[in-house]
Amino acid sequence: MSHIPRRRFVTTGLAAVAGASGIAVAAKVAQHRGLIPPDGGGLYGPGETLTYAAQRLLTRHSMAREFSRSEISGNPFANEVDPLGDQFKQLQSAGFVDWRVTVDGMALRPASFSVGEIRSFPSSTQITMIGCEEGWTYIAEWTGAPLSYILDRVGALPQVRYVVYRSIQPDWWESIDMADALHPQTLLAHGMNGKELPVPFGGPLRLRLPRQLGYKNVKYITRLTLTDNLKPFGKGRGGAASDSGYAWYAGI
Amino acid sequence: MSTSLPIADRGAGELSASAKLGSAVPAAAHKKRHSAVVRVTHWITTLAFLALLVSGGEIVLSHPRFYWGETGNVNERPLLNLHLPSSRDTVPTGYGYVLPDQNGWSRYLHFQAAWLAVGTGLLYALYGFLAGHFRRNLFPAASDLSGKQLSGSLLRRLRFERPGKEEAWSYNPLQRLAYLAVIFVLFPLMIWTGLAMSMGFTSAFPLTARLLGGQQTARSLHFLVTILLVLFLLIHVVMVFVAGFRNRMRAMITGRANPTDGVKS
Repeated sequence: MSHIPRRRFVTTGLAAVAGASGIAVAAKVAQHRGLIPPDGGGLYGPGETLTYAAQRLLTRHSMAREFSRSEISGNPFANEVDPLGDQFKQLQSAGFVDWRVTVDGMALRPASFSVGEIRSFPSSTQITMIGCEEGWTYIAEWTGAPLSYILDRVGALPQVRYVVYRSIQPDWWESIDMADALHPQTLLAHGMNGKELPVPFGGPLRLRLPRQLGYKNVKYITRLTLTDNLKPFGKGRGGAASDSGYAWYAGI
Repeated sequence: MSTSLPIADRGAGELSASAKLGSAVPAAAHKKRHSAVVRVTHWITTLAFLALLVSGGEIVLSHPRFYWGETGNVNERPLLNLHLPSSRDTVPTGYGYVLPDQNGWSRYLHFQAAWLAVGTGLLYALYGFLAGHFRRNLFPAASDLSGKQLSGSLLRRLRFERPGKEEAWSYNPLQRLAYLAVIFVLFPLMIWTGLAMSMGFTSAFPLTARLLGGQQTARSLHFLVTILLVLFLLIHVVMVFVAGFRNRMRAMITGRANPTDGVKS
C-alpha cells in the first residue's frame, strides 16, 4: 500500500532534480551558443528566451516566404513616422545624393557609403511580406544590397555578434544578431516595386528584414555599427523598441 | 488511504457507459475525484488562458479589424470590423480618441503565457494518454454517442438540472465531447494559427501559413477560436455552479469531493 507513494516520492524527487539541473545546463548551453536575447532578463525573460532560442534553432538559415508578382499589394500601407527633420528635407531636396551610411565599430575597413554607391553594389530582389506587430501586413517587391555584402566589404571582424543600425530620425535604432545580419534576405533596401524606395516606406534606405516585424525594419538608415556587446547602446536592451518595452527579437 | 489507484477520478457514471467500472459510490466522506496532474495542469492552464485572453485582447485593440488571405491593412477592406476604439491613430475607428499603447507588455506576456500553456498542455496530453485519463474519463462509449443519448444530455443541461449522484464522479457524454473538442481541436488550432502569424516560424515551416490560406486568415481564425474558447469557458463555469460550486471547486483544488454534497439526492 505504501510502495506507490514512496515510489512516487522518489520519481517526483528525481524528476525535480533532473528538471532543475536540466534548466541549469540548458541555460549554460544557451548562453554559450548565443541563444539568450539582450532582453532575456526580468519578468518576461523566460518566455522571450524560449522564443528566441527556439526560433534560432529552427530558423537560422530558413528563408522568409516569397510571393508571386500577382500577390504584391496594390495599395500598401506605409505607416506613419515622426515628422522628418530639416536635415532630412535638405538631403531630400538634393535627391539624396549627399545621403551617406557610415559603417563603423568592429571592422577592418570602416567606411562611409553614399546612396549612389549602395545602389551600385550587387543587389538582391525579393517579393516578401512586411508585417506590423499591430497585426496588419502587405506584400511588396524589395530591392537592395545584401547586408552581408556590406559587412564583407568593410571587413567585419569574426567576433562581431550584433549589427546596430540607426535612422536619421532621433532615437530610432535597432540591432540584429549575425544569423539575421548575414541572412541573404536581409537588405539595405533602396528600391520597392521596381522604383526607388519612396520616402514614406523608408527611402532612400531602409533595413529590410523580412523574417522580423516592421519595427525592426528601420527607415532612413544612416549608420551601421558592428559590435560584440549591446550593453553600451541605449539602455542595453538592443534597440529603441526594446528600450521602450517591446521585445528585441521580433520574429514572432 | 481508501484507495491506492493512481487515478481516482474514475467513477460510476450512469450516463457514460465507459465509466461503469466499480459502480458503487463508497461511503467515505471525501472521495478522490481528480488526480494531481489533472488539478495542477487545470489551474496552470486557467492562469495561462486568462493571461493570453487579456494580452490578446489588448493586442487586437491596436488593429481591431480582420482580413482574409495573406495581406490586410487600413488600405484594404476588412472582412470583420470590430468597431472598437484603437490604440493607434492610423486605424480609422470613428472614435475621436486613441487608447494608450499597451502592446509591449501585452506581446511579452502573450508569448510567455503561450509557452506556459503549450508546456502544460503537452504534459497533460502525455499524462492523459499514458495514464489512461483520456480513455477512462474523456473518450465516450460508442453507446453514448447516439442522438437520443446526446439530446437527452443536452436537454438536462439546458434545464440547468443538477447532475445525479453518479454523474458527480464522472463526465456526461456532452461534457466529454466538449472537453475533447477543446483539448484536441481548439487548443491545437490556437497554436497552429498563432505560429502561422510568426514570420520567423513560417520561414522554416511555410505550410503552416499556406495551408490556412495566408497570414491574415491565420489571424482571423486565431480570433474566431478565441471566441469559441471564451464560450466554452462561460458554459464551463455556469455548469460548475449548476453542479454545485463548492464541491466541484473542492474536487479541482484538493482532489477530493464529498459524494453527498452539492448533488441532487
